[in-house]
Amino acid sequence: MSAALSKVEAQNLFRYVLRLGDLSLVLGQRLGEWVGHSPALEEDLGLANIALDLIGQARLLLTYAGEIEGRGRGEDEIAFLREHGEYLNAILVEQPNGDFGHTIVRQVLIDAFQLELYQRMTASTDERLAAIAAKSVKEILYHLRYSSGWLVRLGDGTEESHVRVQTAMDSLWPYTVELFADDELDRAMADAGVAPRLAEVQAAWIARIDKLLEEATLKRPASRPHSWHGKRGQHSEHLGYILAEMQHLQRTYPGARW
Amino acid sequence: MSTPIEDSRDWPLYEVFVRARGGLDHKHVGSLHAADARMAIDHARDLYTRRLEGISIWVVASKDITASDPAENDSLFEPARDKIYRHPTFYEIPDEVKTL
Repeated sequence: MSAALSKVEAQNLFRYVLRLGDLSLVLGQRLGEWVGHSPALEEDLGLANIALDLIGQARLLLTYAGEIEGRGRGEDEIAFLREHGEYLNAILVEQPNGDFGHTIVRQVLIDAFQLELYQRMTASTDERLAAIAAKSVKEILYHLRYSSGWLVRLGDGTEESHVRVQTAMDSLWPYTVELFADDELDRAMADAGVAPRLAEVQAAWIARIDKLLEEATLKRPASRPHSWHGKRGQHSEHLGYILAEMQHLQRTYPGARW
Repeated sequence: MSTPIEDSRDWPLYEVFVRARGGLDHKHVGSLHAADARMAIDHARDLYTRRLEGISIWVVASKDITASDPAENDSLFEPARDKIYRHPTFYEIPDEVKTL
């Protein structure tokens, strides 16, 4: 982070880094729910590994957010002690896991988004974000390999598995619109060269997703207008339940360490 | 690509071989169930290389491995027992030879 940021610039960067960090944090927490419940022991480990990668990304990003904010908050305070409306993740990641196919569809949509976003962010004018992006890209490439492998296996699998993942795709697709709906904060970050233009990310994302859908013999649902604003702190009811579980320990035993 | 997934035990068994960083050969590390070879690689990566154990993975369907029959051990391996001259231990190595 450059020391020459104005107050507004620092506040913008803080909120933008929270968007990135909360996306990883909430998705990591969601995936963690599969531990002990996966269809196979091998998938238990696969999903848990991805969850841990995501929590790792969240730690780097939220630590950085705390430094930008400059009020002495560390990763734990930011991750565990904020309120519902202060989380800035897109609401796709807080959607419930559903069945295994549903989780895989959500994962493919997010993995492809993170990949296209972070690949471009390695050239960010913000050196810290560029470094975090470079580290994350390696992890996300594997996440997408895992999730897209399953998408094809299930989509081009049995009649039942095909119907299940197509249904999941239809129900999750509307939430993807929010990922690419740029607001004044996204535009400010793109103008400053901190982040890529979301329109550019979207074009690459849709090309990648279309190819996967074809391979998985799935149909791309029609895009509809949306009114989700998780990136501005307006969440679905699901986030409340996630936070209750995630924050319970920190709020019961403040400052607990292990 | 259309194996019904009821339980991973219904999936075929794969044997996993991992080559360690700096290692010359792939060593057998264990086995796992997977619906196809690509999934076997993914699972092997998650199960057997999560602590940086390796930089290369081979998987092979267990059914494709032909093993020697333990009942034949006497005829297969015993005859080599008394042929110790096959070990290169009867030679004096000249001091000039640095690496052998």
